[in-house]
Amino acid sequence: MSAIAPERTGVTGDRTEVTTGRTEVTTDRTGVTADRTEVTTQASEESQSVRLAPNYWPFVVPALVVVSAVIVFPWAFTLWMSVNRWTLGQSRSFAGMENYLRLASDPRFWESLVHTLTYTSLSVAAPMFLGTVAALIFDARFPLRGLLRGVFVMPMMATPVAVALVWTMMFHPQLGVLNYLLSLVGIPAQEWIFNANTVIPSLVAVETWQWTPLVMLIVLGGLASVPREPFESAEIDGANAWQQFRYLTLPMIAPFLMIALIIRTIDALKSFDIIYAMTQGGPGTASETINIYLYNTAFSYYDIGYGSAMAVVFFIVIVALSFILLMLRQRSQWNDAEGK
Amino acid sequence: MSSRLLNQIGLFFAALVIVSPAILFFLWMISLSLKFEIDNGAYPPILIPERFAWSNYVKVFEENNFLLYLWNSVLVTGTATVLALLIGVPAGYGIARLKAEKSAVVIMIARMTPGLSYLIPLFLLFQWIGILGTLWPQIIIHLVVTVPIVVWVMIGYFETTPMELEEAANIDGASSWQVFRLVALPIARPGIVVAFILSVIFSWNNFVFGVVLASRETRTLPVAVYNMLSYEQVSWGPLAAAALVVTLPVLVLTMFAQKQIVAGLTAGAVKGG
Repeated sequence: MSAIAPERTGVTGDRTEVTTGRTEVTTDRTGVTADRTEVTTQASEESQSVRLAPNYWPFVVPALVVVSAVIVFPWAFTLWMSVNRWTLGQSRSFAGMENYLRLASDPRFWESLVHTLTYTSLSVAAPMFLGTVAALIFDARFPLRGLLRGVFVMPMMATPVAVALVWTMMFHPQLGVLNYLLSLVGIPAQEWIFNANTVIPSLVAVETWQWTPLVMLIVLGGLASVPREPFESAEIDGANAWQQFRYLTLPMIAPFLMIALIIRTIDALKSFDIIYAMTQGGPGTASETINIYLYNTAFSYYDIGYGSAMAVVFFIVIVALSFILLMLRQRSQWNDAEGK
Repeated sequence: MSSRLLNQIGLFFAALVIVSPAILFFLWMISLSLKFEIDNGAYPPILIPERFAWSNYVKVFEENNFLLYLWNSVLVTGTATVLALLIGVPAGYGIARLKAEKSAVVIMIARMTPGLSYLIPLFLLFQWIGILGTLWPQIIIHLVVTVPIVVWVMIGYFETTPMELEEAANIDGASSWQVFRLVALPIARPGIVVAFILSVIFSWNNFVFGVVLASRETRTLPVAVYNMLSYEQVSWGPLAAAALVVTLPVLVLTMFAQKQIVAGLTAGAVKGG
C-alpha cells in the first residue's frame, strides 16, 4: 500500500494542475474561484512534501459498494438479460441479438420513439422559453417577489402522481374546469388527453407547468452572476432593452441555458409518472413513449428479455442525445474562451 | 420616480401572470377536495362551494388504509434518506478531497438512467432473495434516487469549505476520520440539511418503483393514490383530498425550506452539466 501511495499522490497532483488550468479558463467571470483553487493547489503541494496526505478512499468505499450493487449490477444484468429469450414464468434460453433485431422491426417501438422525441422536444422548448422569461422577471425587484417565486417553484416539488390526478380532472371534457375557462374566451371544448391528436400536447402542458421552475432557477442563477457595468455603458451608448438582452445578457447566460437544456432533455426523455398516471400511453398507443412501452413489455407482458433490450437501446438514445448537447456546450465554451 | 414605480407595478403583474397557472392549479385542487359530488359535477364549475365537504378527508383515511400507506411512505423515505446520508456524506467528502471528478460521471450516468432499467433486474433479484412482500425492496431501490442526490450536493459543499482548518488538524496529528468528523462535518451542516431535504422530497414523490414493487400491504402514498384512481368509482372529492394529503408534506417543506431547496437544486444543476 505504501509503495503505491506516492505514485497515486503524484497523479493527484497532476490532476490538480489540470483542474486549475481549466478553472482559469472558465473563471473569467468569477475571479475569486481561481484564487481559491491556487491556494488549494499550493496547500496540497505542501502537505505532499510533509508526507501527510490523508487517505480519503475509506470515505468513498461504502458508497462505491452501494452504487455498484444498485446501479452497476442492474446494468450488467440488464445487458445479459437482453440477449436472452425470457418471459417471466417460462424457461430462459440464449437468443443472441434476437431481441435487438425484433426491436428494429417492431413498428410499435418506432412509433413510441417518435412519440418520445415529439414529447421531449416540446417539453424542452416550452419550459426553456417560459423559464427564461420567468427568470428575467424574477431577476428584477418588485413587491412580493419572494412570495411569488416561492409559489412558482411549488409545482416542481409537488408529487407528480397527485399533480397528474388533478390535471386529469381538469382535462375532463364535460366537467373539467379547463373547457369552462376556454368557453369564457369563446374557444370550443377540447378532448385534451382523451383524443389521440391532442394527448401529447396536453401532457406536454402538464410537464411544462411542472418543470418550467427548474429552468427558471438555473437561469436565475446565471443572471445573478452577470456584471452590471456593461449594461451601464450600453445604456450610455443608447442600446435599447432588446439589444441589451440580445447582445449582453444572452451571451453571458448562455452556459446556464445550455445546462438547463441538457437537464431538461434528460428529464423529459425519462418522463414516466405523469404520462403513466394520466393516460398509460393511451388513447390506444397515442401517447406511448419508449419508457411506457418498456414498462408494459416488462411488467404487463413480463417479457423480460425484450424489455431489457429496449432498456439498453433507450439508455443509448439518452446518452447519445446528452452527448450531442454536451459537445455543443463544449464548443460554445471554446468559442467563449477564444472570444475573450 | 413615478416611472420607477410604474415599472415595479408592471413587473409585479408580469410575475403574477407567470405564476397564475401554479396559483390556479393549487386553488382548484383545494376546491375539488372540499366539494361534495354535486358541486364537483356542477356546470359552470364552482370555486368556493356553499358547504364544505370535510368528509372527503375523513373518507380518504377511513376507506383506504391510508394511515398504513402513510406509514409505509415515512418508513421508505426515512430509511432511504438516512442510509443515503450515512453513505453519501462521507463519499461526497472523499470525492471532493480526492478531486476525483471521474466519479461524478458515474452519478451523472445514474441521473440519465431511466428508473425502469433498474427495476427489471432488481425486481428479479428481490424475488430470488424472497423479500418482495416487505418494504426492503423499495427502501433499497430508493437508494438509486437518494444516494446520488446526497453525494452530488455534498461534493459541491465540501469543495467550497476551506481546507486550511483540516490541514491544521491534520498536522496536529488528527486521523482523517477525526478531521472529517470534528472539522469538516460541522462546517458542512447547511449542506447536509440541503441534501436531506432534497433526498426526502424526491424519494417521497417517487412513483415508478412503488408501482412495480409494492404489494397491497406495502404501498407508498403515491401508489395508493394512483390505485384509488384506477379501481374506484371516480368520485372527485375524495380523490382530490387524497392527492392533497400525499403532496402536502412536500409542499409545506418547500415553503419553509425554499432557500435551501433553491440552493441545492441550482448548485447540483450547475455542476450537473
